[in-house]
Amino acid sequence: MNWREFFRKSTKAKRAPRPLPSPTQKTGDVPEGIIEKCPQCGALLYTRELEQHLYVCPKCGHHFPMSAPERFRLTFDGGRFFEYDADLVSDDPLEFPGYREKLEQAMQKTGLTEAVMTGEGTIKGHPVVMAAMDGRFIMGSMGSVVGEKIARAIENARIKRYPLIIFAASGGARMQEGMLSLMQMAKTSAAVERFHRTGGLFISVLTHPTTGGVSASFAMLGDYLFAEPGALIGFAGRRIIEQTIRQELPPDFQTAEFLLRHGQLDRVVPRKEMRDVLGKVLAVHAGRGRSGGKAASV
Amino acid sequence: MEKRLPFEEPLYELEEKIAALKRFMAEQNLDLGEEVERLEARLAHLKVETYRNLTPWQKVQIARHPNRPTTLEIAQGMLTDFLELHGDRLFADDPAIVGGIGLLDGIPVTLIGHQKGRDTKENLARNFGMPHPEGYRKALRLMEQAEKFGRPIITLLNTPGAYPGKTAEERGQSEAIARNLRVMSALSVPIVVVVVGEGASGGALGIGVGDRILMLEYAWYSVISPEGAAALLWKDAKEAERAAQTMKITAQDLLELGIIDAVIPEPLGGAHRDKPEAIRRIKAAVKAALLELMPLSPKTLVDDRYEKYRRIGRFASLFDETPSTGGA
Repeated sequence: MNWREFFRKSTKAKRAPRPLPSPTQKTGDVPEGIIEKCPQCGALLYTRELEQHLYVCPKCGHHFPMSAPERFRLTFDGGRFFEYDADLVSDDPLEFPGYREKLEQAMQKTGLTEAVMTGEGTIKGHPVVMAAMDGRFIMGSMGSVVGEKIARAIENARIKRYPLIIFAASGGARMQEGMLSLMQMAKTSAAVERFHRTGGLFISVLTHPTTGGVSASFAMLGDYLFAEPGALIGFAGRRIIEQTIRQELPPDFQTAEFLLRHGQLDRVVPRKEMRDVLGKVLAVHAGRGRSGGKAASV
Repeated sequence: MEKRLPFEEPLYELEEKIAALKRFMAEQNLDLGEEVERLEARLAHLKVETYRNLTPWQKVQIARHPNRPTTLEIAQGMLTDFLELHGDRLFADDPAIVGGIGLLDGIPVTLIGHQKGRDTKENLARNFGMPHPEGYRKALRLMEQAEKFGRPIITLLNTPGAYPGKTAEERGQSEAIARNLRVMSALSVPIVVVVVGEGASGGALGIGVGDRILMLEYAWYSVISPEGAAALLWKDAKEAERAAQTMKITAQDLLELGIIDAVIPEPLGGAHRDKPEAIRRIKAAVKAALLELMPLSPKTLVDDRYEKYRRIGRFASLFDETPSTGGA
């Protein structure tokens, strides 16, 4: 079955996303879909309740991973947006064993066509171009489609002179597309550079997890770098580092708070404040005459 | 003692046999010239056969050979007046990335590359060619200096990866690499990149964005090392041989995929068998690329570079029937 057939068949999709099981959560001990267990404090939470709290545990503040459609719905004013490039789907350029099946499963599970959603809408009245990655889709990894959609989103922001906001969530470059994936790091970073040169505003929000080839490219290149509390952010995986240096790492190693302390981030922003913080930055920039950048001075 | 690669054993055996025969001839004052000639012809034939049909995994082994020319050897071999420069002006000097200035047949250039050691002691000092953030930041400093003075940049890639360590993370390994990708994409001077040995993932790409990407015949370049891929795919690092095949990491594969622009042929048996010749070939290829790029205006250079990377990618649209490559 080719992609088009697959997509038509399998997903008159359940686009309504379910709350995500956290990566550390043992599934199976609570009934799925009705109650979620907080992996941090163990509280049993009604899914509906969790949803109302933006997927943040009301007891301890643990941030559950959020799907890309939910991120779009809950970040844009009124949950309204126009989506870009939802037609782009991965090819299998290396004829990599099991890759097509993996893609099909990811599509089926998420109702998405790839690991990133891009589009435009408004936040606190300011028009913006936004991208949100989805960690459920092959770990949010970046292959050709993710790179292309990000690059196109950046180009749209440049042409329209809109600010750009990217919510990153990714395990890194997608191994199954080999060097084509690695080169998406260069492609997206080049697009960011062009955008910066025209004075464009780029706010990068790092969410759990942002690692490898995504943290080492566009995700670290924002004018403002924000992260959600507790998000894992880093270049190399913890296990590899432990094997390499043969010593134990601090418990908060590679968390958002760790990066903040080491001067790698502007702020850690709790999810319930995210829209307000984004709104503030957008307002300050709009204060220069336009929601973009330097060409505002006439 | 020279490192012997397993698939080269028959060659070494034959070489030893010839040497023994020659010794015997000298000692006994016998003339066995015909026999020696016959064996030497067989050796020559066997060499060609062996190296013409290398598997990706065998190439990986050649790329990792300890006698493979290092960045400093190449710099000294192909430049005159090469002067190494140190430090990122922020934290430290990273010995895993080296850089400096010099003249390539009279053309002023900045040359930067990963530096591996040639023995264990040197490798420990060089951290096996695995850079920390300060290495990428030193490279960035030298590249921005090159841009200021209008000098073309040559970068040589040869690393098993950016260093996965605690301090590297604390100092922003991701940011250092990301910034280089961003800045290199828009430097207004020509950048020629040569993958000379191992090109492992972001650690290699961190000094690898350029106008021309050249690759030595037996070098490899991949999003993840064959061992890493094997561990993830088949939960067994010993499957690296299979992964090397699957991942399409050889110069020939990457030329076909459109990731690199040209393959630089190596001397028979690999660059370590004849370093001066290997360096001559690298120099010729780099110079040819520079002569193509140097007449271009800064704007054309940067625009072309943007398009080069913008086009990379393979995907399909649900709206049309044929898979397409990238492009706005």
